[in-house]
Amino acid sequence: MAIQEQAQHLKTDVLVIGGGPAGTWAAVTAAAKGARVVLADKGYCGSSGATAPSGTGVWYVKPDERLREEAKASRYDMGGRLAEHRWMNRVLDRTYANMNQLAGWGYPFPLDDEGNQHRRSLQGPEYMRLMRKVVRKAGVTILDHSPALELLADEHGVGGAAGVNTQTGIPWTVEAGAVVIATGGCAFLSKALGCNVLTGDGYLMAAEAGANLSGMEFSNAYAICPTFSSVTKTAYYSYASFYYEDGTIVEGAGSKRGRSVIARNLMEGRQVYAVLDQAPEHLKPLLRVGQTNFFLPFDRRGIDPFTDPFPVTLRLEGTVRGTGGIRLADEFCATDVPGLYAAGDAATRELICGGFTGGGSHNAAWAMSSGSFAGEGAAAYVKKLGAHDGSRNLERKSTQPIVEEGKGSVKPSRAAEWVQAVQDEVKPYDRNLFRTGEVMTQSLNRLNGLWNEQREQAIEHTVDGVKAREAAAMTATARWMYTSALARTESRGMHKRSDFAGMDDNQHYRLITGGLDQLWVRPEQVRKEVVVH
Amino acid sequence: MIELVSQERCIGCSICVKVCPTNVFDMQDGQLVIARQEDCQTCFMCEAYCPVDALYVAPYADRSVEVSEEALLHQGMLGSWRAEIGWTTGSQTTMAARDTTPFFEQFTKTHRPKES
Ligand SMILES: Cc1cc2nc3c(=O)[nH]c(=O)nc-3n(C[C@H](O)[C@H](O)[C@H](O)COP(=O)(O)OP(=O)(O)OC[C@H]3O[C@@H](n4cnc5c(N)ncnc54)[C@H](O)[C@@H]3O)c2cc1C
Ligand code: SF4
Ligand code: SF4
Repeated sequence: MAIQEQAQHLKTDVLVIGGGPAGTWAAVTAAAKGARVVLADKGYCGSSGATAPSGTGVWYVKPDERLREEAKASRYDMGGRLAEHRWMNRVLDRTYANMNQLAGWGYPFPLDDEGNQHRRSLQGPEYMRLMRKVVRKAGVTILDHSPALELLADEHGVGGAAGVNTQTGIPWTVEAGAVVIATGGCAFLSKALGCNVLTGDGYLMAAEAGANLSGMEFSNAYAICPTFSSVTKTAYYSYASFYYEDGTIVEGAGSKRGRSVIARNLMEGRQVYAVLDQAPEHLKPLLRVGQTNFFLPFDRRGIDPFTDPFPVTLRLEGTVRGTGGIRLADEFCATDVPGLYAAGDAATRELICGGFTGGGSHNAAWAMSSGSFAGEGAAAYVKKLGAHDGSRNLERKSTQPIVEEGKGSVKPSRAAEWVQAVQDEVKPYDRNLFRTGEVMTQSLNRLNGLWNEQREQAIEHTVDGVKAREAAAMTATARWMYTSALARTESRGMHKRSDFAGMDDNQHYRLITGGLDQLWVRPEQVRKEVVVH
Repeated sequence: MIELVSQERCIGCSICVKVCPTNVFDMQDGQLVIARQEDCQTCFMCEAYCPVDALYVAPYADRSVEVSEEALLHQGMLGSWRAEIGWTTGSQTTMAARDTTPFFEQFTKTHRPKES
């Protein structure tokens, strides 16, 4: 049959979906445990995702008791005390080991005054180019430009995925003993740096297979960024002053808590300008080399950000620098569905930073450590599965039928309208940053209507089909986000309710959500821990 | 967004077609074309990987602007990002190895202004 010949069909032990830090660490670790591994990325493993074009500070803390306690305390209260010590300990240990491993693989860490390698940050292009090399050396089969569109499962659990190569138009299917979802977060196509491949696909695919999500109310991270630019690097704004057009200072504006002041001004139509005029002279050259890409857009426009005011905006990064994601059921990053694992931004990061942003160090540490946990978990699961493996009766799990080219029912223009419709509900600061029950209920109702339209539509194996599926994933993500945010009638972490300003001790729990047509949400107690001193 | 392929420089190696995460380029009859500019996410990765500095990504994320190859050449913009990260052939050192974060962190411990 012509169609059969046209399709690519592979069989493997572990399939990793997504090739950012989490996916590459999962692939390398599973391969080291003896598993055969296939890794499929929507873009190109090595340049795709949130880390590749920029770089990350990493939660790398020497195994010294005092330093570790300080590190764990740093975001514990800000995150609304939803993190768990045993997870923080495991992630700190594994991150320390993995960063040292990166040095072993040849990552060129800078040397400090005493000539020791300083292993606290990773430059994205260098890091991800190295990870691709290591993944290939481990014998992993990489499928680039191959977005997964749906999972395959039977009564034993998840057993593979299917998608399409967007450059050749050839559909692919990978049967696997276990699948790791490492598709990153969802930034709602806002063009934040490197984030337009991150549309919540993994959340939707996992939920379609029966997995649950956690912390989806912590999904409204906004980053300060020059209005014209994609570069959402925020660390240096702690050296900024913020001004109005006429040169008067914007009182209370800042990179962390002062973001809301900037948002309120922008909402009222008053442009805010930033200048990094708080940076001392002798620090400037250091800043330049620390985060080179921060300066790239300025250099190209001939702006000196230390002296020239430039307009700023807040760009939505959604769950990428938020913390919500797929709920984890054990310490090897298993989800609630057998055979399905989740890592990186695709998984919840509440376990290490609660409801406060994981950007700046925690998310990068989480990506590499949860990636390795998931790789180990998936490889062990496949070994145990053994005999079942040959005789599976896998079904496609997508809500929307996925069909061959020419048989789809979504016009490209309609898919673009869907994207716009979701963005209209999630981008505005008066909907998603300053949250109220009334406004979120309105948004949720419209998003539910959108989902009802989308769920019926056939998606085809083309570039446009992939876009329509992304729009559905964004819709689903936004619905879980507002469903959880409505259920949390308090302010905690990055979730700020204007109608419930304070933190409520009776809501010191995590919120689990799920469902496709009918959504549900329920509280889950944070594990009680004995703190051993 | 991606604004320029220098046809003079481009050797048709297809590397940018491969590495662009959002699949913006196509090879048509041996010639590189910007086929889906509206999908560009302004991540600069294609520039980092192009072996002959034939590409230019303008700093504007949400709109397309006119650029002149001659002017960009004159300003030294073609290949400036690849040079900055130390990926140009013959570079002495990479951006990663020159990373000043250690000094920066030490410095900020004592001097960082208070967050508002
Ligand atoms: C500008 C910026 C700066 C940041 N700085 C820091 C920092 O300093 N410190 C820190 O800790 N964190 C930082 N973060 C967060 C950090 O980058 C992320 O937490 C990290 O990249 C997550 O890794 P990941 O592998 O889970 O996802 P990503 O790196 O986003 O990779 C996900 C991959 O999945 C692929 N994919 C998506 N959908 C599919 C699909 N359907 N099928 C197949 N593949 C798919 C994508 O193409 C991509 O390659 C920053 C984020 C941004 C945006
Ligand atoms: S800037 Fe990024 S998204 Fe745009 S063409 Fe280059 S690689 Fe592709
Ligand atoms: S990477 Fe550079 S040389 Fe190669 S095809 Fe692209 S533009 Fe041309």
